[in-house]
Amino acid sequence: MADGESAYSVILFHTNSAALRAEKILLREGFAIKLIPVPRQLSSDCGIALRFDRSRETRVGEVLEAAGVPIDSIHVLE
Amino acid sequence: MIYLDHAATSWPKPPKVIAAMTDFLERIGGNPGRAGHRLSIEAGRIIYKTREALAELFNAGDPLRVVFTSNATHAINLALHGLLKPGDHVITSGIEHNAVMRPLRFLEQNGVRVSVVPCDGEGIPDPQNFARAVEKSTRLIVIKHACNVTGTMLPVAEISAVARRAGAFLLVDAAQSAGAVPVDMRMMGIDLLAFAGHKGLQGPPGTGGLVIGERVRAEDMTPLTRGGTGSRSESEYQPEDLPDKFESGTLNGAGIAGLGAGVDFVLERGIEAIHAHETALAKMLAEGLGNIPGVRLYGSNDWKRRSAVVSFTSEKYQTSEIGFRLDEEFGILCRVGLHCAPAAHRTIGSFPRGTIRFAPGPQTTAGEIAAAVAAVARILK
Ligand SMILES: Cc1ncc(COP(=O)(O)O)c(C=O)c1O
Repeated sequence: MADGESAYSVILFHTNSAALRAEKILLREGFAIKLIPVPRQLSSDCGIALRFDRSRETRVGEVLEAAGVPIDSIHVLE
Repeated sequence: MIYLDHAATSWPKPPKVIAAMTDFLERIGGNPGRAGHRLSIEAGRIIYKTREALAELFNAGDPLRVVFTSNATHAINLALHGLLKPGDHVITSGIEHNAVMRPLRFLEQNGVRVSVVPCDGEGIPDPQNFARAVEKSTRLIVIKHACNVTGTMLPVAEISAVARRAGAFLLVDAAQSAGAVPVDMRMMGIDLLAFAGHKGLQGPPGTGGLVIGERVRAEDMTPLTRGGTGSRSESEYQPEDLPDKFESGTLNGAGIAGLGAGVDFVLERGIEAIHAHETALAKMLAEGLGNIPGVRLYGSNDWKRRSAVVSFTSEKYQTSEIGFRLDEEFGILCRVGLHCAPAAHRTIGSFPRGTIRFAPGPQTTAGEIAAAVAAVARILK
């Protein structure tokens, strides 16, 4: 997507439990998010990742940091 | 039938526990953390929710510090083998369960030094004696919260203070207290909490866990088992992340779903209310049994420092005979003998014959207690 508006951000976690914890915290805060299988181009891991609208990336990062959820990495999914 | 063996395992389980297990098997069933499809994610959510409920119940903070195991024994082994290396020193009390003593005696044969602090006749150790036993290499203190033989509760906070001053960790065996007595890891200064899911927490057999407190880092402990975790799959080395480091292999999803419902049951009823109910019944038992000639009761008379188990013996008959007759003639189910805790029976003076133990649960009624007392009176007449 050329304008980047509808691109997604994806967060990878070290454990599935951390992804599930992030999902719960973010849903409670009203974020529109979805758990998806880890995209093959990002990692060979067989686990789950969190996908959301790219415009929310900063806020999502802040909320997870405040809650102490450790994340592996954040990526843009075109 | 009257079931008074809740200290061994609770029964019957609350209907919502059975419903949660059935629902997991019928509707969910995916392997949590092993795939990204909806049934795998849903299984993961249910397990995560149980972690969250347990972290709340024990005031543990981060739910990812709840590690599931198959019972309390497995959790205790994970902590002891995980933390203690040859040359380390560990202190325990003189009333511990074999779930603690057997791994400690094994470790002792392999270079770990073990000190046992004796208890008084009611099964209470003096915290001062833990302080006296501390050495430079003391790495861990391990104690029961509540005794499965006498119900005596140990002074956990005071012993925690000793551990903190010594720079050691405190592991608490909460097999008897979790779900039956308030357990607050932060307030009581507990670094590692081992619990059974199938007793006071009302979950099914095959559930338990180790809660790793914030002072303990994942790197401080080696796992008992290594293998697939669904995370960092590209690596052939065990990950260091919690809870995965200690949870290799497929989890008992249906069991953990049931455990989650059991914790809900406990939180709904309220732990204080459950404790008050069970204590009132245990007091009734102790009073009733105490009035029967020839009965000897064990444990403290201070009901503020007791969980709801009542142990007794008779001058006249063997414990095994009384237990058998209670079952055969009256349909009253209890546990007789040494309760896997020879050290506790040595301390209270009931070794090697053991005691007869009654342990009521949240659903037990005063009528059932009266019937049990009457049955013992009949047998001992
Ligand atoms: C004090 C104590 N520790 C440990 C255990 C072992 O629990 P589990 O059967 O869940 O391994 C029990 C109960 O059997 C117990 O009462």
